[in-house]
Amino acid sequence: TSVGSITTFTQRNLEGYVGFANLPNQVYRKSVKRGFEFTLMVVGESGLGKSTLINSLFLTDLYSKDYPGPSQRIKKTVQVEQSKVLIKEGGVQLTLTIVDTPGFGDAVDNSNCWQPVINYIDSKCEDFLNAESRVNRRSMPDNRVHCCLYFIAPSGHGLKPLDIEFMKRLHDKVNVIPLIAKADTLTPEECQLFKKQIMKEIQEHKIKIYEFPDTEDDEDNKLIRKIKEKMPLAVVGSNVVIEVNGKKVRGRQYPWGVAEVENGEHCDFTVLRNMLIRTHMQDLKDVTNNVHYENYRSKKLAAVTCNGVDTSKTKGQLTKSPLAQMEEERREHVMKMKKMEAEMEQVFEMKVKEKKQKLKDSEAELERRHEQMKRNLEAQYKELEEKRRVFEEEKANWEAQQRILEQQKLDASKTMEKNKKKGKIF
Amino acid sequence: MRFTEMEVLTGEGARAVPLAGHVGFDSMPDQLVNKSVNHGFCFNILCVGETGLGKSTLMDTLFNTKFEGEPTQHNQPGVTLKSNTYELQESNVRLKLTVVNTVGFGDQINKEDSYKSIVEFIDAQFEAYLQEELKIKRTLHSYHDTRIHACLYFIAPTGHSLKSLDLVTMKKLDSKVNIIPIIAKSDAISKSELAKFKIKITSELVSNGVQIYQFPTDDESVAEINSTMNSHLPFAVVGSTEEVKIGNKMVKARQYPWGTVQVENENHCDFVKLREMLIRVNMEDLREQTHTRHYELYRRCKLEEMGFKDTDPDSKPFSLQETYEAKRNEFMGELQKKEEEMRQMFVQRVKEKEAELKEAEKELHEKFDRLKKLHQDEKKKLEEKKKSLDDELNTFKQKKTAAELLQNQAQQAGGSTTLKRDKERKK
Repeated sequence: TSVGSITTFTQRNLEGYVGFANLPNQVYRKSVKRGFEFTLMVVGESGLGKSTLINSLFLTDLYSKDYPGPSQRIKKTVQVEQSKVLIKEGGVQLTLTIVDTPGFGDAVDNSNCWQPVINYIDSKCEDFLNAESRVNRRSMPDNRVHCCLYFIAPSGHGLKPLDIEFMKRLHDKVNVIPLIAKADTLTPEECQLFKKQIMKEIQEHKIKIYEFPDTEDDEDNKLIRKIKEKMPLAVVGSNVVIEVNGKKVRGRQYPWGVAEVENGEHCDFTVLRNMLIRTHMQDLKDVTNNVHYENYRSKKLAAVTCNGVDTSKTKGQLTKSPLAQMEEERREHVMKMKKMEAEMEQVFEMKVKEKKQKLKDSEAELERRHEQMKRNLEAQYKELEEKRRVFEEEKANWEAQQRILEQQKLDASKTMEKNKKKGKIF
Repeated sequence: MRFTEMEVLTGEGARAVPLAGHVGFDSMPDQLVNKSVNHGFCFNILCVGETGLGKSTLMDTLFNTKFEGEPTQHNQPGVTLKSNTYELQESNVRLKLTVVNTVGFGDQINKEDSYKSIVEFIDAQFEAYLQEELKIKRTLHSYHDTRIHACLYFIAPTGHSLKSLDLVTMKKLDSKVNIIPIIAKSDAISKSELAKFKIKITSELVSNGVQIYQFPTDDESVAEINSTMNSHLPFAVVGSTEEVKIGNKMVKARQYPWGTVQVENENHCDFVKLREMLIRVNMEDLREQTHTRHYELYRRCKLEEMGFKDTDPDSKPFSLQETYEAKRNEFMGELQKKEEEMRQMFVQRVKEKEAELKEAEKELHEKFDRLKKLHQDEKKKLEEKKKSLDDELNTFKQKKTAAELLQNQAQQAGGSTTLKRDKERKK
């Protein structure tokens, strides 16, 4: 049995309504049922109006008398605190977590004041990573920081070294949106120059602030380009509602007039709200999940599985899962063992062959010598045989001769006897 | 949750606060929907059923299009799975639809292993996703999900009961995929027979503990229709891509001499119900169930198989790094051990072989020592023989010399005797 699969994606035109165009509604329905969550971090020196801005953004008293805002809490060192609220609107439920960093930039020596912030962001990523890596996974609440609003003091000049340092360290860990705080202290022209200066410095230092994604819709893209030109957004917040021309608006009352929070000519608050909440909240979450979290995760896992080995060597291994990597290492090891075994086998065989050959040679040598000795002996035997034969022959001859002589002697004496008898003797 | 510093939370975790105006986050579902629409959707259907039950036709009918494929023959040696992916679009919604067909299912004489290739295929898709999820550098959000979201199980319209192959297969699949059983070619069954058939099938499924997919009833907006539909399972369907004119409309139908079966007529068959449930109402839920239930089960089993646990023996909270480290060390240790074992084995072999060869050498020397000794013995014998010959020779020589001497003497005497005789004669 085998599995054949064709993965060419063929376009099909449908004749008649099938109904999967209803999928978006199904997704909508399910998402409303699930509810949403969002974590927003605010960073900046005390007194820049951070809590006021949050209250204005979410039209609620997140920070009130009972829950004082960060600047009311006198901190000696940088703290990271979170407040969770549940807000409902139009049937949609949002669990909003606001993360404060009271004490940031307030000390005389602010070296490393970003460290607690980084630690917090990393720890949330770690929680998510651990939850994601469990064998038994339950619903994984997403407490990762989706957006960091960085408040820049309205000096009108440029970024402070602390601003640059912070943004540089955080821009690849979280979506950073820089804001000019308390923008009602700048005239439009001053604001314009300030923004230009800031953007210039951001580019110079290669700081990657959150970028709005392009869409397929041209209209949307026009709006996005307009927003981009306004970056960084200059905001004003207020907890106070004032009546202006019969309308109740949030604003700041001055002797010379009212700075309205939601007036686009006064500040960029509406732009921020629309972007942060109404149009790009989901994208901020997606970028956090697909980019920042994945960065964190791959760095973390690479450190574990490569055990601090030089990363340039292990670059190719990063596209594998640790399990697959172990599998591969196992396979590699099996091959290595096979090779080693083959090598050892080879050496073994060779040595055995050598020894056997030696043995054979010495056997052959001994054989040869033995043969030679044998032949030698045989030759001697033959010689002896011959000698004996010759001797025997000689002896036989001589004995035969002797016999003849004897016989002659005998015959002679016999004749003499005869002659004697015959009287031939005197 | 771990914090670096102090936490400001109420007892429940999140306090509800009222809003003084329209904030605007009620657009979140729309934002999410927009993202999904831009990204495109993906859905994978697996059709399991014997050859000839109208699987391909039903897919064509459901999606109003002609998918690829020739009708298969019945002579397949085993069950293979063929999958095709299509890009469909309806208004602004793009759908990557993958249809997987079981080819040759139920055709073999011995069907014991029929379900195996199906289970393997489903597992392979889970495995691919798991591998991607476990990679260090991964791209999950652009990953083409091939996991099977719905399995349409085609039941032959016998009218009696489920075949044992059906029960066995569904039992093997129910923990791996959402099964929606359907009665295929149901235009062969009469209405009364159909009711009995459905009841029989449902009771057989229940008594065999087969978990089929239930349309979800937890969301109020669709709870009612879903629970009604649940009671109509298994859906009795008829598929057709041919159109027949009924009244003044062209409808999908099958024309018989005794009448025309209209596919989209709810009195004739449950096709509309199937389409409604599968595509229009619960497609997203099928995907979600696949991911949160079936895939999680697979993943859990796979990780447990590999020895991963959530807590170590001291019940310290799970730490990914520690587990990986521990696994890795264990693993490396194993490898080291294997290497050592192999080395030892070789050392052993070398020793044995050496002993063998020494033994052989010794034998060889002994052999030649023996031969040498034999040779010495022979030589000695030869020497003895030589000596005896020499002795004989000497003896003979002596004899000869003595005899010759005697002869000479005799000759001299004889000569003198002869002389004497001659002398006497002469006198």
